[in-house]
Order: sequence, then C-alpha cells, then structure tokens
Amino acid sequence: MGEIPILQIGDCLLVSIQVDMHDRLALELQDDLTNRIVASRARGVMIDISALEIVDSFIGRMLNNIAGMSRVLDAVTVVVGMRPAVAITLVELGLALTGVRTALNVDKGLAMIRRIIDAEEGGGAGRGA
Amino acid sequence: MSETAETIVPALIERHHQKLLEDWLTCQVREGVLRGGQIKEAELADQSRRFLGELRRSAASGRTLDIAARQWAPAREVLEELVRHCAAQGISPSQTAGFVFSLKEPVFALLQRELIGNAPALAEATWTISALLDKLGLFTTELYQKSREEVIRRQQDELLELSTPVIRLWDGVLALPLIGTLDSARTQTVMESLLEQIVASGAEIAIIDITGVPTVDTLVAQHLIKTVSAARLMGADCIISGIRPQIAQTIVHLGLDLDVVSKATMADAFALALRRLGKTVTDIGSTGGDALRPRRQRN
Repeated sequence: MGEIPILQIGDCLLVSIQVDMHDRLALELQDDLTNRIVASRARGVMIDISALEIVDSFIGRMLNNIAGMSRVLDAVTVVVGMRPAVAITLVELGLALTGVRTALNVDKGLAMIRRIIDAEEGGGAGRGA
Repeated sequence: MSETAETIVPALIERHHQKLLEDWLTCQVREGVLRGGQIKEAELADQSRRFLGELRRSAASGRTLDIAARQWAPAREVLEELVRHCAAQGISPSQTAGFVFSLKEPVFALLQRELIGNAPALAEATWTISALLDKLGLFTTELYQKSREEVIRRQQDELLELSTPVIRLWDGVLALPLIGTLDSARTQTVMESLLEQIVASGAEIAIIDITGVPTVDTLVAQHLIKTVSAARLMGADCIISGIRPQIAQTIVHLGLDLDVVSKATMADAFALALRRLGKTVTDIGSTGGDALRPRRQRN
C-alpha cells in the first residue's frame, strides 16, 4: 500500500485521503505530516476527505490527533469535503470532532486558513507595535 | 325437519329475496343508516342487493360462520367497497356497521313467520344469523379502522415531506424553519436535507428557526445539537433562532447547553449572518428622500 501524498500550496499542506485508512497508514501519515510541517514551515494543513465514504471512530480520532499535532507545531488544520452521510454517521457515533475546523471544499478551506493566519499575524503585529 | 340452521339462512334469503330487500331498505332508511353522508338511496339499494346476493351465496357454501373463508371473499369485497366509500365521506363507523346490523330486524321477522310453532329451530336459526351478522358488522368496523389508519399513515408521510423545507435566504445563507415536534425520524430527514443543501449551495451559514417547535425537552435539544454538529462537520456554522421566552426558560431549567449561537428572532439571526459574510443592509428611504427634494424645489 503506497503512502498518502502531501502536496504543498504556498505555506499550506494539502493531504488528500483517497484510500481506505488502516492503523499503519495513519501512523505513517502522522509521521510524514509532522515532518513536512517542520521542514516546510507550513502554517496550514488541509485534509481532504471527500473521497471517503466511510469514516469510523478510528479515522475520527486520527483527524483529531493530526489537528492537535499541527496546533503544537503552529499550523491550522482544516478538514474539508466531508460528505453528508459521513457527517451524520460521525454525529450519531458521538464524534463531533470539536477540536477540528471544517470547511465545505478545498477552496473554502484555503480561504479559512488564510483568514486565520491573517488574523493571527495581524494580532501579533498589533501587539508587537 | 331436514333443515338445519346452516341451510335455513340461504334458503330463506333465496325464497324471500325481494321482500327481504324491501324490508331491509325500509329499515335502513328509517334508522337513518348512511344518511349522514352523501350516499344516495339508489346507490344504497344497489349495494344492499349485491350484499344480500353474496350473503346468500356465501352462506350456502356451508361455512356459515367462517367469514374469513375463501367462500366469503365476494361478500367481503362488497363490504370493503362500501366501507371505503363511507370512510371517505366521513360517515361514522357505527353508522357503517349499522348497514349490516339493520338486516337483523327483517330477517328475524321473517324467521318468526316461517318457523312459527317450531321454537327450537327458531332459536337456533336466530342465533346463527345473529352471530353471522355480528361478525360481518365487526368486520366493517375493522375495515373502517384500517382505512383510517391508511389515511393517517399517508398524512404522516406528507407532513414529514412538507415540514422540512430548506430555504436559501441569501448566497451562502440557508434557513431551516422547523415546524412540529422533533423526533428521531424527523431529525434524520431534516439533517439530510440540510446537509444536501449545504453541499448544493455551498452555504457557510445555516439558520435553524425553532419558532414552530412547540416544546424543547432534552431529547429535542439533543436532536438540535446533532443537526448543528453535522452541519459544522460539513463546514457550515449554525445559528438557532426563534427561541420563545417560555422555551428559553425551559432550556435553562433543564440545564441544557446548546453550545451554539442563538438569536431571539430569524431577523436577528439573518442580520448576524449577513454581518459575518461582510454584507450590510442599508436604508435607502432617507437617501431617496434627499434625492427627491431638489427636484421638488425646482418645481
């Protein structure tokens, strides 16, 4: 099973999950992603799950973990492209993914990351001055 | 005496068909059977004639008291047709059953005349015909109930369809006015249509208006939270509006935490949504007045 590609768009990383996730792949992804965030000094991470028809508690926890790790590395995580059926399933499972930001598609996710980074930098500059 | 109660009924109806029918119709009209609705007398006479004919044939089959048997199918069909008509016309179930019960009087009178001086046979025949007509009468009531249940089920489905519209208020703003109690089935429908609309319109804000929800208890609140969470997972923010004072009190008394932005009215929620999208609503009334003034001075 090949690894999951991580694409870079400006200072954002895009992870598009197209295959079924299993434990080892998830751990590899976390490893790859944290390395890439540090190496590329990315400020945002987008995880595209529009190809996933089934998201179980395992993937839900993985998404939460990635968001937590990115936050520690000062990157914003946005999960994009969740299908309606998946959203309903997650809610029924009691996994509201409260620690993760969400957006409808890659476009909106990118805009959201941009907005958050701008707000942080604007706030930082204001404090600095 | 070769005639038993089993054979005496069809034989009697056979012999006195016309007389029985006339007596029965008189009886029906006198007792006001079926007159609550718009059933015409000619129609009633036709139904009665058909029913009496089928009754004779079915009773002659030898299974006089087993109305669920195959031999009774034609008689049951006549009744079914009648009941469906009655239920549609809003005639009460007892009036409908009266169609069958009113046959007792002419039949009993006939039996009395025929079997005069033969008390045991009369008693047995009376009991048989009475039991049979009771069964048929109860059968109409059952049919009536079934047809009403069908109506209720259809209305429930329609209500579910009707009461979950998702409205596009603005580019990127959806409104979901909820009307009626939120149960699990409805929450599912509401959630599905809302999420589908979010995908279709790319909306970022959804306003859930609960003005039409009569009460909010822990279960309804849980359903609301589920809907909000699911929308959030799709990348849309929810605003809950239309919380009445009574419901606000209930929510606090129950210790519920909706954990979502809420506004008192849909108007407030819409204003907030527009503000979040960076849009403003301006009053053009005053500028319009200013624009008119110079022209008026010129005149």
